[in-house]
Amino acid sequence: MLYDVQMTVNGQAVSGKVEARTLLAQFIREHLRLTGTHVGCDTTQCGCCVVHVDGVAMKSCTMLAVQAEGKAITTIEGLAAEDGTLHPMQQAFRDHHGLQCGFCTPGMVMMGVDIARRLPGADEKTVRHQLEGNICRCTGYQGIVEAIIDGSAKINAVRS
Amino acid sequence: MGEFGIGQPVRRKEDTRLLRGRGQFTDDINLDGQAWAAFVRSPHANALFSSIDATAALSMPGVVAVITGEDLAAAGVGLLLNDAAYKNRDGAPMHKPPREVLPRRQARFVGECLAIVVAETAAMARDAAEAVEVDYEPLPAVANGARALEPDAPRVWPEFGTNAVVHWEYGDAAKVETLLAGAHKRVAVDLVNNRLAPSPMEPRAASAEYDAATGSLTVYTPSQGGRRLQGNLARLLSLPVDKTRIVSRDTGGGFGVRSKMFPETVAVAFAAKTLGRPVKWRGDRFETFVSDYHGRDQVNHAEMGFDADGRIIAMKLDTMVNVGAYLSENGLRLPMEGGGRIIPCVYHVPEFYFSVKPTFTNTVCTDTYRGAGRPEANYITERLMDKAAEALGLPRDEIRRRNFIREDQMPYKTHLGFTIDSGDFDGTMKMAMDGADWNGFPARRAESLKRGKHRGIGLSVFIEGAGSRPVEGMRIRFEENGDISVIAGTYSHGQGHETVYSQLVHEFLGVDFERVKLINGDTANSPKMSNGTFGSRSSMVGGMGIKQASEVILVKARKIAAHLLQAEAERVTFAEGVFKANASSITIEEVAKAARDPRRLPEGMTPGLDEEVTFENDVENFPNGAHVVELEIDPETGIIELLNYVAVDDCGVVLNPFIVHGQVYGGVVQGVGQTLTEDVVYDASGQLLTASYMDYGMPRAAHMSHIEAHFNVVPCKTNGLGVKGAGEAGACGAPPAIVSAAINALWDYGVRHIDMPLTPEKVWRAIEDAKSQKAA
Amino acid sequence: MHNFNYHRASDVAGAAALLKDVDDGKLLAGGMTLLPTLKNRLAAPSDLIDLAGVSDLKGISIEGDEVVIRAMTPHAVVAASHEVATAIPALAALAGGIGDPAVRHRGTIGGSVANADPAADYPAAIVGLNATVVTNQRSIAADDFFLGLFETALRPGEIITSVRFKNPSRAHYLKFRHPASGYAVVGIMVAQYASGVRVAVTGAGPSVFRVSAMEAALDKSFTPKSIADIAVSADQLMGDIHCSAEYRAHIVKVYARRAVEALTA
Repeated sequence: MLYDVQMTVNGQAVSGKVEARTLLAQFIREHLRLTGTHVGCDTTQCGCCVVHVDGVAMKSCTMLAVQAEGKAITTIEGLAAEDGTLHPMQQAFRDHHGLQCGFCTPGMVMMGVDIARRLPGADEKTVRHQLEGNICRCTGYQGIVEAIIDGSAKINAVRS
Repeated sequence: MGEFGIGQPVRRKEDTRLLRGRGQFTDDINLDGQAWAAFVRSPHANALFSSIDATAALSMPGVVAVITGEDLAAAGVGLLLNDAAYKNRDGAPMHKPPREVLPRRQARFVGECLAIVVAETAAMARDAAEAVEVDYEPLPAVANGARALEPDAPRVWPEFGTNAVVHWEYGDAAKVETLLAGAHKRVAVDLVNNRLAPSPMEPRAASAEYDAATGSLTVYTPSQGGRRLQGNLARLLSLPVDKTRIVSRDTGGGFGVRSKMFPETVAVAFAAKTLGRPVKWRGDRFETFVSDYHGRDQVNHAEMGFDADGRIIAMKLDTMVNVGAYLSENGLRLPMEGGGRIIPCVYHVPEFYFSVKPTFTNTVCTDTYRGAGRPEANYITERLMDKAAEALGLPRDEIRRRNFIREDQMPYKTHLGFTIDSGDFDGTMKMAMDGADWNGFPARRAESLKRGKHRGIGLSVFIEGAGSRPVEGMRIRFEENGDISVIAGTYSHGQGHETVYSQLVHEFLGVDFERVKLINGDTANSPKMSNGTFGSRSSMVGGMGIKQASEVILVKARKIAAHLLQAEAERVTFAEGVFKANASSITIEEVAKAARDPRRLPEGMTPGLDEEVTFENDVENFPNGAHVVELEIDPETGIIELLNYVAVDDCGVVLNPFIVHGQVYGGVVQGVGQTLTEDVVYDASGQLLTASYMDYGMPRAAHMSHIEAHFNVVPCKTNGLGVKGAGEAGACGAPPAIVSAAINALWDYGVRHIDMPLTPEKVWRAIEDAKSQKAA
Repeated sequence: MHNFNYHRASDVAGAAALLKDVDDGKLLAGGMTLLPTLKNRLAAPSDLIDLAGVSDLKGISIEGDEVVIRAMTPHAVVAASHEVATAIPALAALAGGIGDPAVRHRGTIGGSVANADPAADYPAAIVGLNATVVTNQRSIAADDFFLGLFETALRPGEIITSVRFKNPSRAHYLKFRHPASGYAVVGIMVAQYASGVRVAVTGAGPSVFRVSAMEAALDKSFTPKSIADIAVSADQLMGDIHCSAEYRAHIVKVYARRAVEALTA
């Protein structure tokens, strides 16, 4: 049987018919064709699929699409401005070489934005621990950690 | 050339796309009318079977087809490639088993593909794959390489009567034994180079479509460059090479493993061709763990003899390498041709004996993984040097200093026939030690001890052999819209080629950095003579291709400029993209535009300024470095915390420090993973116990300290750019440095050896064992 | 993942009724364990009943000398709660160390407790902090709740609605994280009450357990020294490729002492 789902994704109201077992990540990638959200593991460990659900970072591979009914989802595609100007966290990743192959990157950036929201001014050690659920195989994390510290400073400077 | 030229820390062009979720990884591509594939995989490490019954599966909703090895054989699909040809010293050839894409009678490792199931959706395909019945007759299996060499071990290939692929030897064993026996000091190590899962973050995937009208096949897959896959696949499916196209738009990490042709890719392509509709397969992480080739898995016994001055007189090395159930494309070669490029590394060793026993086991194959033989070789020599320091009563840096290959010995021919052109090993070591405040360590150690922690400092000096042979094509094309396209057979999957190649074109031709575009990852347009990106080769082979193509372009462009400026070619100068003669000038962009128009060219000149060259590299380059690590060990738990990591690398001329540093950081953390957390474990029956990130210890951000990286630039003398590869050095330097530091921390207990990975329990046990030995 | 039917419950009674009606129903809380289990085809329930829409299952309150956490409260909310941090800082710290930030945003106390994963953190809090597990049918004392590996006292159709933690005079939680998964290899809660000290260990055995020898020793003298030599037997503990049973037993001893050190420093 198929279920109707409605939610807001990157500010747009969307709807679809899905199987109960359809994961949110699958719905985003295959129904909405927003392929920036990646799936890198089967065990909720790697974090490539992190999106924001009502403003909070969650792993979209471990959430059913039907569970997102009525929620506001932000994916990596929803961060940059419409004219293409990068979000401060995206820009920080570029400035600090926080990505190489780019596969873990969307989840890392979404987690980075979430860390900036929850822990303004977090130091290196804190950021490293906050990345417990995001795996990168290319960068050795150094650029990612620097990027999140810098991106967070810029985001919070704008906010305050 | 200002802010975008060689040596500048230019921000990456590819980032803006990848950061916005606009990458195009294989699973992001959907083909009209595609069906989905799933695989039937063996749950047994060794099992005969006589039938694969798909009746139930075929009756399930949405199932299109179930294809087995019998179908492939009937269609004449060939065997997977292995062209290694090693011999035993008595001249007997190596054992070389055939490898069917989907085996028809026997499965030889857990996860081996036996059938491909195609259905309307991925979930339907997977449901149906579970319903395929295979009448397995399980057989005894062997997974451990050393165990496989015991006389009573189950045979992976009974027809060979042994699990040894070959016994390969270099050097004079008797002579080396005599020298070792007579040495002032003789030291030995027994080491494990633990088995690793390369684990790119993008799980493996493949999609294929076949156009019956034109007889052409297109396969979308992650790769490290499609040309080798193309030739391989065309041969397997009996297709013309030019009708077989491999496309990799973005690839989520390579590390060596993505350069191989896997059975799944062939099966997906065959299914698409046979069924006449596109077929897509997205592997999950479990499948990636069981079927991606693994890395390392060596057991080494090594010895060195020293004279009274602490100089090496001879070395011997016995290596067992577990190659898995079959021979993969390169797995067998790694000790001899990967590590063999450099062994015995940065040291002058007058006499050397080297014995390699590659061994079949009931595990997935091993093959290239970041460093591919070189991290193993450096780990072995560096552990020997630490042993020698103890035996001779010398500091760890001093024993190394006395044995380094010196610059006045270069070019230095290694035992296995390679030539090290350059390197300042002593200077690099000094930089690393100074950077880490080596001399200030005792005070820090004392401070740690006050907190109940044992602090250790470790050092490694290593060398790498980069820039694999033989050739690499490169094309530069001037587009009508003013863009300059670089069309490469190398393939960027994280290395930032789009940026670095743009810097080079900007440097050599003076064109606008922003107007240079990279086209790669598609055999439909890449240069014919190309091999791809692996073995830290692209800076040299890609960079030199651009340099040579630019030089040819400039010769012609100068003639055209002279013609247009009405001057003699010799009197035309060229700088920053502008040709000048007398008082007039013309830009290279204008020359390129004029070059399209035969009327504006010197008589008889062929129109166009585009150029393709094939760079032939018959010599490797030798990146090297010294890493110093400081760590603390909690003696009650064995937990190791990295505190400081200083990496000094000689990557020759650095094209973009921003990007090269990134390569170093990434390599170092893969080395940290090997040393502290990563280990592929099969149980005795051949079941893979580490098939998810719940069990396989990927290094995370918190496992690592900040890395301080520096360069000691010693330009390579054998290529025109002076570059040395950067991709694999970090993975060579980290394991010996960290192990050295851990042993240093535990020195007073009497601990002298712990095998990688240095898990808390192993470290704790080493301390407890040493304590009880002392007490006894 | 095998397919299933999905239901959204609006109240606990409705969820219970649905559970009764369907073939092989499972409650869906945060889904942090259930969904990976389904994805890996290790279970195939006919129906999932989602509790996310049941509003009276969320929130934290202080009631007398108890911290009451309702079942669908995510770990991140517990970790960030001022009330919890004030009353039982060890509980906030424990919740803040579960999994990773994204998991803490979804995973719930009720789901974790009902699942009774031997390597989960919360069981150490339930037993160590002498909690009461409240369901739609009854209240279950901590010591009666966990029965074994993934096994609890919950009856078919029984739904956890809240967990009531008794405020200790002091408590500390220490965790040895699994190097790959981040679950507890050993998680130890040491809590002191007027009625006595409780020492609860998760991760090491097939189910959370108390170490009575340590409790007795700490009752006599709440000092690190009093338990420094008390070991647990490795016989009943679990071992895997990362940490053997013997090592876990050793870590229990070390971390128990360190927890007391942290409380007495």
